[in-house]
Amino acid sequence: MNVAYAALRVLAGLGLMLANGVVLIYMLRKVLGHLHVRLGPMEVGPKGIVQTTADVLKLLTKEDPTPAAVDKVIYFIAPAVVFVPSLMAYAALPFSAKWHITDLNLGLLYTFSILSLIPLGILMAGWASSNKWSLFGGMRAVAQQIACEVPLLLAALPVVLLAGSLNMNDIVKAQAGYWLGFIPAWFWIPMFPALILYLISALIETNQTPFDMSEAESELVAGFATEYASMKFGLLFLSEFSNLFVQSALIVTLFFGGWLIPFVPLELQQKIGISAPVVFMLKTYLVIFVMMWIRGTLPRVRIDHMMSLGWKILLPVSVSWAMITAFVVKLAEVGR
Amino acid sequence: MALTLDKIVIAAFVIIGCVFVVVALFSSWLLSPKAPSREKESTYECGVPPVGPPWIQFRIGYYVYALLFVLFDIETVFLYPWAVAYRQITGWYIFVEMLVFVVILIGALFYAWKEGALEWR
Repeated sequence: MNVAYAALRVLAGLGLMLANGVVLIYMLRKVLGHLHVRLGPMEVGPKGIVQTTADVLKLLTKEDPTPAAVDKVIYFIAPAVVFVPSLMAYAALPFSAKWHITDLNLGLLYTFSILSLIPLGILMAGWASSNKWSLFGGMRAVAQQIACEVPLLLAALPVVLLAGSLNMNDIVKAQAGYWLGFIPAWFWIPMFPALILYLISALIETNQTPFDMSEAESELVAGFATEYASMKFGLLFLSEFSNLFVQSALIVTLFFGGWLIPFVPLELQQKIGISAPVVFMLKTYLVIFVMMWIRGTLPRVRIDHMMSLGWKILLPVSVSWAMITAFVVKLAEVGR
Repeated sequence: MALTLDKIVIAAFVIIGCVFVVVALFSSWLLSPKAPSREKESTYECGVPPVGPPWIQFRIGYYVYALLFVLFDIETVFLYPWAVAYRQITGWYIFVEMLVFVVILIGALFYAWKEGALEWR
């Protein structure tokens, strides 16, 4: 009984991940298209809306040649090592007080640790491809994810400190009040520097364009995915888009009040059960839109600039901000 | 260790994830045409065979980054339980203790910086 229940929950997560992949690829093309003053996909279906579905079918029926030089075992395992953790990252996301796949006590820590497995798969893909472009892409991906992993964790730390919990629903509920009676007490206002640090680190972590050195198509063909074709390529890219969604959902949870709707009493929100997940998804897609906007606006950063940004700016600043927050919290406690 | 619903769900995630990968790859193998040739199986390059083996030696500086990463990742592992318990413990000693710990580690970062370990070449 429990096992069937668990399997249903996981299938819901899988369905959400696949739907996100299809919607996000369409959205990316449309948003980038309009930012470039062109229309984006228009031919397949009204406004090109079934374009990505057609692309998935095309990927599924493409020939999948395995290059002779690859390290076969690692080459076949790598897409799974990238895909499975990015699916598992859905487990702890709080869609509402009741809608979550599991309500883990250490939800935030779990999600971070699962997401940090993905660079391993990317390095495996780059190494096993036996191609110089792929190897460079994989090595760069790991270097940049290492450089931003610590700032990412440290930018989330002050929020955990204020909420006093790693459970994502507790973090959302800690943002339920109001300041001065009318400003929603979401953490992005007191934690604005942490939000900026987290946003930059999340862009690096998800290989978004100002920091997409690992697959820089003008330098490295397609980076770690160069030798992959057909569904293996599809899995690598599905996981990439899914990570974008998970990181945005984390930003919404940590800084923008998760599923909370401002100025609506909490009891009413919980009575109308469907409103909270819808609001959560809307907020998440808004954050994704901002990330795509950044992607369409900024040119690619050079790898050495990115490395020094991660180690020499983001890391010291995020440590200092965490300690400043701790200091202010103690001051407030003494003042009380 | 009790087998709670949480653990069953996480285990189901691993299993269903692996099954999905196998199903996706198998269905694409069923549906796709198969016409391998020497050209298709060659390593992707600009028309000429690549020179030298692809598995080249990386410079040692790359691994210095990895060492620093392990150092700071462990620091954050210590910081998280501290942050969760922070508001429940009164008094300044919880702040001062972590400040000493963090200052030592930041000192290490600046030392590595001065020694040139953070230069990507």
